[in-house]
Parts: sequence; structure tokens; C-alpha cells
Amino acid sequence: MELDIGKPIMEKNDTIAQENRKLLDEKQVFVINLMASPGSGKTSTILATISALSEKYKFAVIEGDIASQVDSLKIKETGVPCVQINTGGICHLESNMIKKALEPLDLDNIDVLFVENVGNLVCTTDFDLGENVKVVILSVPEGDDKPVKYPNIFQVADAVLLNKVDTMCVFDFDQDAFEKSLDDLNPLAPMFKISATKGEGVDDWASWLDSEIESFRGRN
Amino acid sequence: MHEFSLMDSVLSTVEESARQAGALRVLSIDIVIGDLIQAVEEAMDFAFEALSEGTICEGAELNMTFVKPKSVCQDCGCEFEHDVFHNKCPDCGSIFTTLIQGKELYIDKIEVDMPDEPSNDQT
Repeated sequence: MELDIGKPIMEKNDTIAQENRKLLDEKQVFVINLMASPGSGKTSTILATISALSEKYKFAVIEGDIASQVDSLKIKETGVPCVQINTGGICHLESNMIKKALEPLDLDNIDVLFVENVGNLVCTTDFDLGENVKVVILSVPEGDDKPVKYPNIFQVADAVLLNKVDTMCVFDFDQDAFEKSLDDLNPLAPMFKISATKGEGVDDWASWLDSEIESFRGRN
Repeated sequence: MHEFSLMDSVLSTVEESARQAGALRVLSIDIVIGDLIQAVEEAMDFAFEALSEGTICEGAELNMTFVKPKSVCQDCGCEFEHDVFHNKCPDCGSIFTTLIQGKELYIDKIEVDMPDEPSNDQT
């Protein structure tokens, strides 16, 4: 006997993501899903961004890692509320993990929530978490060919950050090739060159993010 | 290995539908996957075998249909198939295009083994 199903495989994840989005919209919390490889500087970028915008907004962070509290301890040292998710082997965050991580957070006292996804350029791409924007970081040591090798994550990005630009002189990174491949994949996404630890370019990126947050708050 | 999460979701939906129909076991599962999902066929097969063991889906045939990306140009209306890298309009060069296929990810149909109904019993 044949049964027609016609059901989206991601239905459960998408439904919970929509519930997260509705709750966060009601609480006026702007959410950034930050995706990148391990070691690309996600946590440093979060800290640099918070530092640039902390006078205007109250931040919180959800950290996603396979294991450990390493990143959440770094965030908590700065006094920013942070919830650590340990996925225990799952290579990406899913919306039900975010739903649970939101519970201990005081959403009435948060303007902007960074979600640091598990370090991975593939699996994180297709899971909606309930975010407002997806931001992808590539760091210079990873090489200029990553958009060609992992196209989807760059296609879904609302903005792309090229981090560790202060190390450009040490690595054979072809900026023209990188920008050309990004332009092919996602011509509408802005790209910011930053050094999260040295501060270079952070203001331009923070200013773009600020305008996105302003526009979100204007809509809600 | 997001294929494991995808397959876990496939199996829970299939098992629920099969149980609701009163099926004894699942014979085949047809799923449709857009190329932009980046699901690897071999990894889906592997995840299916690993996760279906001991369930009513064990031993079922898994059929996957892959769909090529297609977009429509917002400026000139041209519809065009493309690879996963390039989605600019081939006619007018516009970057304002909307994807209309290539991100599918759904269970189309399943075939199940039902208990014999009395009317079918010829003995």
C-alpha cells in the first residue's frame, strides 16, 4: 500500500524556529546566527562587536559547541549573560536547542542575542534557529577558496566577515579571487574586512549591524 | 554529517505515518532533495541504515530524487536552471533573482506492508 506523505523533512525544526522568532520578536530581541569554521574567530568577533555597541544595546550570547565551556567562560568574564549548549557530537545547532537555551535568559533585558553556531561550514547552513540575520565569518588563514568549496553557507549569509586581515601578509590569500567568488554566490551580501582582536574594520561592521538592529526595532 | 539529523527527522515522520495507517513495516521511502541542501547520497544511505535498525523501516528501500536549482529573474522574468554557484540572470545579467527550486527537502511517499484484511483472505 502506498501512502502520500508530502511533508517537509525540516518541518519540526522550522516550526520551533518560527516559535522562537515569534517570542524574540515580541521581546524585541534581535538575533544573529554566527556561522564559521572552528578557529575563525567567532568568539573574538562577538566580543569585539559587543564592545563596539555596548553603550547602545544590552547583549547576551548562546554558545554552541560539541563539548566544553571554554567559549562561554570567555563571554561571562566580560559580564555578558551567556548560555552554553553542548551538542554532544551534533555538528550544528537546531531550533529546539535554542528554545531550551532561551529559558534561563531574561529576554526583557536583552536587545541583541548572538548565537555562536558550532564551528562548521556545511551542516549549520540549513537549520533555521529563529534568527534575524545569518552572518558568516571566514578567516584569512583558511584560504580564499572557501566560498568555492563551501558555496551554500556563503549564499545564505546576510553579511560576510573576513577576519584576521592583520595576518594577510603571512598567508597567500588572494583577495580578488575571494571577492569575485563571493560576488558570484551572493552579490547582495555586504563584506567587511576585520581584525577582531586588533579592532581593524570592526566599526564598519558594527555600524552595518546597528542599522539592521535599528530597522528591526522600527518594524516591531 | 547533517545527514544524520535529516534522516532522523525522515524516520520519525515515516514511522508516525506508517503506525497511523496500521502498517506492519515500511517497504520503501521516496524523498526529494534539492542540490542546494548539500545532502550527500552515500551519507544519507549510511544514516538510514544506522538509524532504521530495529525499527519498522529496517530493510526498506530508500529512493532519493535530487532536484537541480532553478531561479527566476525579477527584472526580465527569465526562468533558468543553474549550478549551485551561479544564480545571476543569464539573459540580462541581473543579480536580483529568486530561487524557485533546488532547496526541496521532503518525503514524497512511502510504501507499507499492511496486515491482511478479512476481505482479501482467500483461504
